[in-house]
Amino acid sequence: MTIREQYVIPKKYNMLSMVLMAIGLLSIIILFITHGSKSGAENEVVRARFWAALLQNSVYFLLVTNAAMFFICATTLMWGGWQVSFRRVTEAISACVPVIGIITFVILMAIVFGGDHVIYHWTDAEHVQHDPILLGKSGFLNKTFFTVWTLITLIGWSWLGYKIRSMSRAIDDTKLTVEEGRKYMWDNTVWSGVYVVLFGLTVMSCTPWFWLMSIDAHWYSTMYSWYTFASTFVAGIALITLFVVFLKNNNYLELTNREHLHSLGIMLFAFSIFWTYLWFDQFMLIWYANIPEETIYFKSRLQGPYRGIFFLMLIINFLAPILLLMTRSAKRNYGTMTMLCVLILFGHWLDFFQMVMPGPLTDPNTKLTHVPFMLADFGIALGFVGLIMFVTVRSLAKWPLIAKNNPFLKESIIHHT
Amino acid sequence: MAIKKFVVGCFDDEQVLFPAVKNVRKAGYRIHDVYTPMPIHGLDAAMGLRDTSLHTAGFIYGIAGTTTAFSFITWVFTTDWPMNIGGKPFFSLPAWIPIMFELTVLFSAVGMVLTFCYLCQLAPFVKKDHFHLRATDDLFVMAIECTDKTNETEVSQFLSNIGAIDVTTQYKETGWWLGRYDKETQLFGKPTEAVS
Repeated sequence: MTIREQYVIPKKYNMLSMVLMAIGLLSIIILFITHGSKSGAENEVVRARFWAALLQNSVYFLLVTNAAMFFICATTLMWGGWQVSFRRVTEAISACVPVIGIITFVILMAIVFGGDHVIYHWTDAEHVQHDPILLGKSGFLNKTFFTVWTLITLIGWSWLGYKIRSMSRAIDDTKLTVEEGRKYMWDNTVWSGVYVVLFGLTVMSCTPWFWLMSIDAHWYSTMYSWYTFASTFVAGIALITLFVVFLKNNNYLELTNREHLHSLGIMLFAFSIFWTYLWFDQFMLIWYANIPEETIYFKSRLQGPYRGIFFLMLIINFLAPILLLMTRSAKRNYGTMTMLCVLILFGHWLDFFQMVMPGPLTDPNTKLTHVPFMLADFGIALGFVGLIMFVTVRSLAKWPLIAKNNPFLKESIIHHT
Repeated sequence: MAIKKFVVGCFDDEQVLFPAVKNVRKAGYRIHDVYTPMPIHGLDAAMGLRDTSLHTAGFIYGIAGTTTAFSFITWVFTTDWPMNIGGKPFFSLPAWIPIMFELTVLFSAVGMVLTFCYLCQLAPFVKKDHFHLRATDDLFVMAIECTDKTNETEVSQFLSNIGAIDVTTQYKETGWWLGRYDKETQLFGKPTEAVS
């Protein structure tokens, strides 16, 4: 079997990603003109609409691409071998993290230091003095801590991701002896461990508290970060699967076959249910206790204007995968998997939408929120999709598609589900 | 159940077994089963076995569990014994989901275990008759079913040629063996392989 090691970017693909990015940029500009550029204190809520759209999209796609690196590290730590045949694809997706990270950092800093307090109302120092709840949280929820932690998060992810990627590439030209192979696996295990610790401190705890939960600063949920993690991890697996299927369609990745697709399908299925489990946990505890300061979060989502989106995303993220992915033949079918991956990526995007939007769009006088006209949000999302497409294939084309000297490659070739 | 005649070939290497399975199927003989000491990936595909329908049964059991939990708890808390718990409505679905989930898991797990035992003919006090006892230790044992037209010596010869280290002819009753392990070996008066 001949193996096509070098990926060549098709012209049409390049064109498509450029067009998508142009749509995204255009949407941002339009939304800026209609909402973001409005000046004056009375238009603070209008401006928040613009920034919330940017916040939701950038954070979502950042966490989704970062999930690819977590996928590598988790499988490495468990000494799994099956993913090695398409490992370069996950590495390439994680190469988007620095790029989207910078965008996210700019957006977050603009929101925190921009002078408006609608999205993060804990940034309003004077208001916090009269607010006992926010005052109590101010040791954690303040601008300095936010900035420092965001920097730690983004630099840590980017640097460790770079480190792990370059370790994988460093052995491309040298055939490893048994001792070198052991050392390679050991080094990888150690660095994956370091990454997972950082991941635990960021995605699984502090980072969603800062970036997303502090939008509803009075409210809190201890499940929130796990919920965010589950949401982005399952979307991350969907993204990996899409790229694998795309490359298969273009006659690359000869060593990856239906067995690997099946394993990815199992993960997609399992983590969709894991997400539902966390979603329901968070909901049921709040529903049972019925304490007003907690139930307020679900008031606008479950009984308010976000009811439709709320149930739609539940259908897409839970019912669709559990019913459509249950059988073995569905997990081994490229068409079904592709359709579900697109659906799940969209479903979790909707999930993030209803996590972010109700807070910033609340009218300060009536305390009522509303669902905005979503066309611009879709446009921005397409822009980020284009960006991910653009950056990922550039990273793919730079290095061989097969990590051919990885000690576990054979395990991946003979993988059987 | 009918008593059938089998030609039994023993292989001591996986590398020999796979081409052997392929050749036997190509020659048109009917493989009754292949017994191996450990699960071998890809052997089911090589033998041309269809997928098990155990998971379909599991799905049905699961659905049965969900509906049982849902209908029972609905009946209890709305009709039979309505209780005011924390001011919640009598029909409050979120509180029932954990129970529905648990019963789904319970029904599908227990049901699938029992179905598996039934399909594999495993039950307490049921003794299985082996073609070759070393199939549980270090040999891969392939049993080929003979029909009226099968030339037994030809099959034996064929099996030896494709790498079987030991070929015997045996008579076995297919289907359930309910505690007739000892009797059976003598019942038909035909030689079987020596148990050592």
